[in-house]
Amino acid sequence: MANRLPNAIGIDTDSPIEFSFNGRRYTGLQGDTLASALLANHQRIIGRSFKYHRPRGILSIGSEEPAALVTLGTGAQAEPNTKATTVMLRQGMAASSQNCWPSPRFDLMAINGLFAPFFVAGFYYKTFMRPASAWEPLYERVIRRAAGLGKAPDGPDPDRYGQIEASCDVLVIGGGAAGLEAARTAAATGADVMVAEERAWFGGQLALAPALVNGQAGQDWVEQTVRELEGQPNVRLLKETAAYGLYDDKVVGLIETVASDAPSGARQRSWVVRPKQVIFATGAIEQPLAFVGNDLPGVMLAGAALGYAFRFGVAPGKAVLLAGGDEQIVQTALSLKQLGVHVVGVVDSRQTPPSDGMARLADAGIPYHVGCVIGRARGWQSVAGAEIVPLEGTAARMNERQSVRCDTVAVSGGWQPSVHLQCHLGGRPGFDQTHGIFLPPELGEGFQTVGRAAGVINDGDWGPVDRLRVFPAAGGGKRFIDWQHDVTVEDVELAYREGYRSVEHLKRYTTLGMGTDQGKTSNILGLHALATVLGSSVAEAGTTTFRPPYIPITFGALTAAERDRDFRPVRRAPAEAAHRALGAEMITAGLWYRPRVYPQPGESAAHAVRREAAQVRATVGVVDVSTLGKIALVGPDAPEVVNRLYANGMKTLPPGKARYGLMLRDDGLIMDDGTVARFDTDRYLLTTTTANAALVLSHIEFLLETAWVDLQAMAISVSDHWAAFAIAGPQSRAVVQALLPEEDLSAEALPFLGVRETLFEGKDCLVMRNSYSGELAFEVYVTADHGLRLWEQILQVGQAYSITPYGTEAMATLRIEKGHIAGPELDGRVTADDVGLARMVARRKPCVGQALRHRPGLQKPNRPRLVGLLPMDSQAPLKAGSLLRPIGAQEGGDAIEGHVTSVTFSPAMDSMIALGMLTRGDARHGEIIEIWDGLANQTFTVKVVPPVFVDPQGERLHG
Amino acid sequence: MRITCPYCGQRDLAEFAYGGDATQPRPDEADLDAERWAQYVFSRKNPRGWHQEYWQHLHGCRAWLQVTRNTATHEIAEVGLPHGQ
Ligand SMILES: [Zn+2]
Repeated sequence: MANRLPNAIGIDTDSPIEFSFNGRRYTGLQGDTLASALLANHQRIIGRSFKYHRPRGILSIGSEEPAALVTLGTGAQAEPNTKATTVMLRQGMAASSQNCWPSPRFDLMAINGLFAPFFVAGFYYKTFMRPASAWEPLYERVIRRAAGLGKAPDGPDPDRYGQIEASCDVLVIGGGAAGLEAARTAAATGADVMVAEERAWFGGQLALAPALVNGQAGQDWVEQTVRELEGQPNVRLLKETAAYGLYDDKVVGLIETVASDAPSGARQRSWVVRPKQVIFATGAIEQPLAFVGNDLPGVMLAGAALGYAFRFGVAPGKAVLLAGGDEQIVQTALSLKQLGVHVVGVVDSRQTPPSDGMARLADAGIPYHVGCVIGRARGWQSVAGAEIVPLEGTAARMNERQSVRCDTVAVSGGWQPSVHLQCHLGGRPGFDQTHGIFLPPELGEGFQTVGRAAGVINDGDWGPVDRLRVFPAAGGGKRFIDWQHDVTVEDVELAYREGYRSVEHLKRYTTLGMGTDQGKTSNILGLHALATVLGSSVAEAGTTTFRPPYIPITFGALTAAERDRDFRPVRRAPAEAAHRALGAEMITAGLWYRPRVYPQPGESAAHAVRREAAQVRATVGVVDVSTLGKIALVGPDAPEVVNRLYANGMKTLPPGKARYGLMLRDDGLIMDDGTVARFDTDRYLLTTTTANAALVLSHIEFLLETAWVDLQAMAISVSDHWAAFAIAGPQSRAVVQALLPEEDLSAEALPFLGVRETLFEGKDCLVMRNSYSGELAFEVYVTADHGLRLWEQILQVGQAYSITPYGTEAMATLRIEKGHIAGPELDGRVTADDVGLARMVARRKPCVGQALRHRPGLQKPNRPRLVGLLPMDSQAPLKAGSLLRPIGAQEGGDAIEGHVTSVTFSPAMDSMIALGMLTRGDARHGEIIEIWDGLANQTFTVKVVPPVFVDPQGERLHG
Repeated sequence: MRITCPYCGQRDLAEFAYGGDATQPRPDEADLDAERWAQYVFSRKNPRGWHQEYWQHLHGCRAWLQVTRNTATHEIAEVGLPHGQ
C-alpha cells in the first residue's frame, strides 16, 4: 500500500475503504480514523479556525483534538464539528471542511486575519457593543457568519438513536493498560464489570507507541488481556463508548457510537449507567507548546506523530522536527526513526539533558539542538520549515538562529492526567508540585483513579517540573494556545493588562478552552501563560471547573426515541377510532386524544360547535367522557374516607345516589371536583377531572397510607376499566331507555343524582343521572372492552331522536352557559367561596383543607369572585386570559380587577358569553366593565352578570 | 438514584415520584388549629444532607414510602413504610 510504513498494528492493508473529503474521493484502510486516512492521503489542511480563518490541520490523535473539525454526512444527517481524530473511517463516508469558503486552501474569509487587531481577547464585548442598531443587520448577520464553527443541519435528524439504562458493580472508564488491569482485577472477584473505551480499540498508549509490558510487546499484552476479559460472562467491554459526564449518586453518562454515518439503523446509543464503583482510567493528554506559527498544519503533538506512524503506518510528514523538554522527546524521535520516518532533528529546551539520550541520538544520526527552542514555524498554509534559536537570551541571539527545512514539527509540552470527569461533581484538581501536573480531586468511597490519570507512569516519568511550554516570541507573531478559538499568548497578556487576573475571568474573556474540545490541549498552556504574566506559580494561577459533557454529544442520542409522536405515551379511549371515523377533530387531553368537535363535510369547526351545543338543548347529544378519572374506593371505612376527602357533606349520601364532590388541598384551595357515587355501604366510585386523575389518586393513597392508617379502605384507579358516555338533552331518557329496555328509568325510579348498577348486553354497566350541561342527562358506563359497542349503539338508537355526537368544545359551551366551573376556573388559586360554592362546604366538618380555608387572606372581601360576562356586542371576539378593568382605565397595573377564564359563543343566548374572576364580582352584578386584551390591544364593554346564563332555576335537568 | 421498594426491590428513580418532607407531623382533620396546619403545610425543611422524605412508587406497586436520603449526595440510607407499618 502506498504511503504506509510497514508493520502498522491497527490497519488492514488488504481492506481499502473509499471515502470523500470536500467532494474528492480518497482511499483509506480498514482500521483508519478519518484523520489517519486524510494524513495518508497528504491532506493536511482540514479546515479553518474560528476567528481568523487560519488553516487548521491535525494536532492530536484523540478526543482532545481542537483543530481538525469536519462536518460528517450531508443534509439533515450532517453532523458538524466532528473531530476527524475520533471518527472511524467507514465505507462511503463523506466529510467536509468547515468554516471556509470556497475551500480550506482558498478561504475568502481568511481576510479576517488582516483584521486580527479587532479580534483580540474580549472582542465580543468590545466590538459588538454599539451602536445597538447595528446588532441585527451587521453584527448578527455578518460577523456571526464570519466567525463560527460548523453549521447545524436544518432538517429534522433522520437518524435513529438508542438509550440504555444499565447498572454494574464496577464501571471502568478507559480501556488502556490501567483500565484493562483494573477490569481484570475486579472481574476476578466475580464482580459485574463494564469497561468503556472511547476509541475503537483498547490499549490506550500501548496502542499508539511501542512499549513492553512485563517483557511482552504492549500490543500483544492488550490483545491477550482483552481476549481474556471477553471470555468472562461478568464483563462487558464497550468500544467507541465515551464517558461524557459524572453525575450525582455515581450516575455516569456514556455515548456509544454504533456507526458514525450509517444511513439507517441506530447511529448512537446513550447509556445511563449506575455503577456501585467507578474506576477512572482516563489516561493523560499530551500538551502542546506555544511558539510563533505553532498553529500551522504540520505542527502536531509528538505522541500523535508517533501514534499515526506506529498504529496506522502513516508518516506524519516527509521531514519531521521534534521539539520538547524531556527524555520522552528523545525516545519519540528514536521510535519514529525506527519506524522509517525521516527525523531532521530534536530541539530540547533543557540546557543539560542526560548524556545517554544524546549518545543514542548521535548513534541514530539525528541532530540534537540542546538548550534551544523553536523560534518560529514557517510556511504559508502548512509547515515548510522552522527556526531553531538558543533559549538563553533568545532575542539577542537571533543571529544564531538556524533554519531547518521540515514539513512537520512534532511537539511535546509534557502530559497532563485527564481529570475532567473526576471534577464533574464540583471538585477541582490539585496541583502536584513534585511532578508539575494536576491530579484529580478526592471523590470518596466508590471512586478510584488509576494509571496515568492518577499520576502513575510505569516506565518513565512526567519530565521536568519547570519545563518550558511558552517559548519566547522571537521576532513577533502569534503563539496559539487554543487552536479552536484562536486564543494566543498575546490575548492572555492583553486580558491581564485589562484586569482579568482570575483564571475564571480569563477563560470567559478570552474564550480560552471554551470550545468543543473543552480546553483539553489549551487549559494547561493557558495557565502557564497566565502564571507567566502574573509572575506566580501555576498552582497559584488556579484551575477552572470542568462540566459535562467531556466530549460533544448529539441531541439525538440524549433524546433517543423520545421525540415527535414518541415523546410520551398515548392513551386511547375505547371509542377513539369511532370518533375519528366520524370526522372528529381530535385534541390532546393529557395523554389522551379526545374529540374536540365533529364538523360535517364543508362545515367550519366554529359552526359545528354551535350546532352540537344547540342540538343537545333541542333534542339529545352524546359525549365521550371515558377519559375522566375514575377511582374505586372500597372498605368498611370508605364512608369516613369520602367524608374527609371532600369539603361538602358526604355522610348523608345513601347507597344508590351520587353527589357533586368538591375536593380541597391541605391549604384550603380547590384541588379538583367530580362526582361521588355510592353503590353500597362500603363501595364508592369517585370521578375526577381528566387532568387531575393521577394527582387525586396519589393524594388519596398518600392520606390512606401515611395519615389515616387506622381507616380501612383502599383506592384503585378504574379509569381504564370503564368507558363512559354522557347522554344529554330532553330526549336523553328515551335514548337510554332504548339501550336498556329492561330498566325503569322514570324520574321516580331513577331521580336526579340516582345511580344504578345494571348490565348492558350482559356486560357490567353503570347508569348515573347527573348533568354537566344542565339538561336531563345520563352517564352510562360499561367495561372498556365493550365501550366501542356501547358508543355505536347509542348513536344507533339515538338516530330516532336526532342524536348528535358532541366534542369537548360543545361540552365547554354547555357548561359555561350553566356557569359550571372547570379547569380554567380551578387554576389552583381559588377557594370554594371564590367560585360561589361556599354554601356547599360544611363549616366545621373534619376534612382536608378545612383548617386553612378560613385563613384571613382567603376570606378577604376583595378577592376575585366568579362572574358571568355578557358583551354589549354579541359578536365581540372575547378571549380567555384577557384582563378585567373599569371602563376607561388606562393600561393595566392597579386598575386590573381580574381576568376572563372561559369564553364561548352561546347558541342559547345567541351571543358570546364568558366566565371570569372579578374582584368582589358576586356583589357587582349589573355593572358595566371592560375586557382588555392587552396582546391585541382590544377592549370590549361587558356587563357583569350572574354566572348562570341558561335556566338559572335548574328546571331543565329534570327533563 | 435507585430506591429499594420494600415490596418490589431495587428500582430505578424513574418509577418513583417525590412526595415531600416526611418530618412534619400531619395534624388530624378534626384539628382546626390553623397554626398547626400552617406549620405542616408551609414549613418544609430543606436541609443539605440527610432528610426524611416521602416517595411514591408511582409506576410500580404505588406504595408510599418513607426514604432517608442525603440531599447532597443522593445516597439512600433507608427505605421503609410510613409510620413503620
Ligand atoms: Zn413498589
